[in-house]
Amino acid sequence: MLTLGLDIGSLTAKGVLFDNGSIVEKHLIQVGYNSKNAADKLMEELLAKASVTSSDIKKVIATGYGRNSIDFADKSVSEIICHGKGIHFLLPDIRTIIDIGGQDSKVILLDEKGTVVNFVMNDKCAAGTGRFLDVMARAMETEIQHFGELSLKGKNPSKISSVCTVFAESEIISLVAKGENREDITSGIHLSIARRIVSMVKRVGLVTPVAMSGGVALNIGVIDALQKLLKTTVKTTPLAQYGGALGAALLAQEID
Amino acid sequence: MAGRLKATKKMKRIMRNYYMEAKYSKYLGKKVAWITSGGPVEPLIAMGVIPVYPENHGAMIGASKMGGRLSEYAEGLGYSQDVCSYVKDDITSSITKESPIKGGLPEPDMLICSNNICGTVLKWYEIQARKFNVPLFIYDTPFVHTEFTDEARDYVNEQTKEYIRFLEKTLGKKFNYKKMNLVGKRSLHAMKLWKEVLNTAAHKPSPMTAFDAFFHLALIVTLRGKKIVITYYQSLLKELQERNKQNIGAVDNEKYRLLWDNLPIWFRMRWLSEKFASHNAALVADTYTQAWCGVIDYIDENDFLGTMGEAYTRIHLNVGVDQMADTIKGFILQYDVDGLVMHSNRSCKPYSFGQYDIQNLIKEMDIPVLMIESDMTDDRKFAESQVEARIDAFMEVIKQKRKEKSEG
Ligand code: SF4
Repeated sequence: MLTLGLDIGSLTAKGVLFDNGSIVEKHLIQVGYNSKNAADKLMEELLAKASVTSSDIKKVIATGYGRNSIDFADKSVSEIICHGKGIHFLLPDIRTIIDIGGQDSKVILLDEKGTVVNFVMNDKCAAGTGRFLDVMARAMETEIQHFGELSLKGKNPSKISSVCTVFAESEIISLVAKGENREDITSGIHLSIARRIVSMVKRVGLVTPVAMSGGVALNIGVIDALQKLLKTTVKTTPLAQYGGALGAALLAQEID
Repeated sequence: MAGRLKATKKMKRIMRNYYMEAKYSKYLGKKVAWITSGGPVEPLIAMGVIPVYPENHGAMIGASKMGGRLSEYAEGLGYSQDVCSYVKDDITSSITKESPIKGGLPEPDMLICSNNICGTVLKWYEIQARKFNVPLFIYDTPFVHTEFTDEARDYVNEQTKEYIRFLEKTLGKKFNYKKMNLVGKRSLHAMKLWKEVLNTAAHKPSPMTAFDAFFHLALIVTLRGKKIVITYYQSLLKELQERNKQNIGAVDNEKYRLLWDNLPIWFRMRWLSEKFASHNAALVADTYTQAWCGVIDYIDENDFLGTMGEAYTRIHLNVGVDQMADTIKGFILQYDVDGLVMHSNRSCKPYSFGQYDIQNLIKEMDIPVLMIESDMTDDRKFAESQVEARIDAFMEVIKQKRKEKSEG
């Protein structure tokens, strides 16, 4: 049975087509301001890529912030459950999942069978979310794709104490003015977000092995900082960004 | 659908009459005292003083979705964003007279403040005492970290005496001990009834939700000690017991039961109750409304004045987190809940400060905990899509847990 999982986030929309125990096709686009339009566009492009028509798709599940705006979905399911499901499929032994999203960060705890038993989401503000990294990369005039690599080159990570995105940005500006080098500041930024995440991990209680899901998993600097602070390996997969959409497609397989 | 509780209408009438009486107190020859929600109100009732609660007014301001605007005005006067929104709502309303009650609260003849709920009330009442130029009495309750000592008992009992002297002096008449005796008995009776009302929610399905409790709470807060409170809760109790007999639940097809911690989010009551109901979840109990019947055991019916000091000192917000966690554990068992919803309330520090610790302390109960970041009246501190995402995820985890359990 061909199923579709859609993950409409605040920054990117992802779609995964699933059939016969494996991923048929996947696709990702930027959301813009209208998540409904983004979902339509994503659908269209994904179908063309996979050379299937919408009538071939038997079930659709939507997740992410825009999940309720998808009128053609059979069901909407929260990201927590979808990321749990998706990552369990890709990396079956994982017990703790860290997902840093555009406006939310989450730590999800799974049992041996891959069922979500607990989770924490950032409950204060945008501190510790993907938005923080975007703002910081812009402040450092670095492309977000190279931001992580740059941080690995830092020898003495700068101290960034504010957790507030806006204040941290001005802190960075003054560090630049003081002449601290780019690599060290970048490294400090990555440690700062990792510290926020680690305190969330502590709240659910760390169970290894750990993996990262979501787009920020592609940032080697965040992975590295998390590993240092958690003192354990943080696994990831090239499909990390599709964790939520894949989970949704998998859950759609279970609808009868 | 169970529909609205019949008592609701009656309650609205009682509250309207109460505020009318307070408003026209001058013509009735009565005095008005503003008092904090945890303050010792019984001596006022015994002396025929009308107690008025800026916090209850704050709740009404919140429910009328005026909280953000009124807070903003106070911030413009220089009050910090971090000051409790009840304080800011009250300060603004007493200047601009903006209020769900026409003309705002009746002006006070005296102020009675107890810091058993927080330290914020001290400054708040000092400010208002200066503004209205009226006498202020502070009932100072030491924090009960672990135990209530004899020294603490002496200390508060001494203040009870001082309080009586204050009332005699301010009102220019002798304290009425005979009336006090009656008021004390009635107050305790009302607390016991309130507890029975809340206990009906242990039934499955629950005949009421915490949202109902938040509403019907107003009387035990404002008028305990008066006869009307007793008759009202008796009729409410009867209605709830009748629902239980017929197995009528407040939430259609109740499948999941939740416990709420902290003050309500007054401006989002309906949205939240519908949101949870859409998951077949009922918030069956809460720590907040329970606070008005949590100290029954410390009160001696025949010596209300001599024991109220201890009772007022040992309320939920004035004890250490260990004890708070124990109370929560008790509710989890009593109401057989599947999850705990904690409102991390920007306004109320004493309520919100220990919440992460409490989460740790109740780990053994093995129930999911949801944290909602908001404020009881300031709607600027609420982000709907964020809260919605968290509630949905939380409910899915609870559902999965239930499924696993039933599959063994
Ligand atoms: S800080 Fe909390 S206890 Fe104190 S007045 Fe505000 S809401 Fe009430």
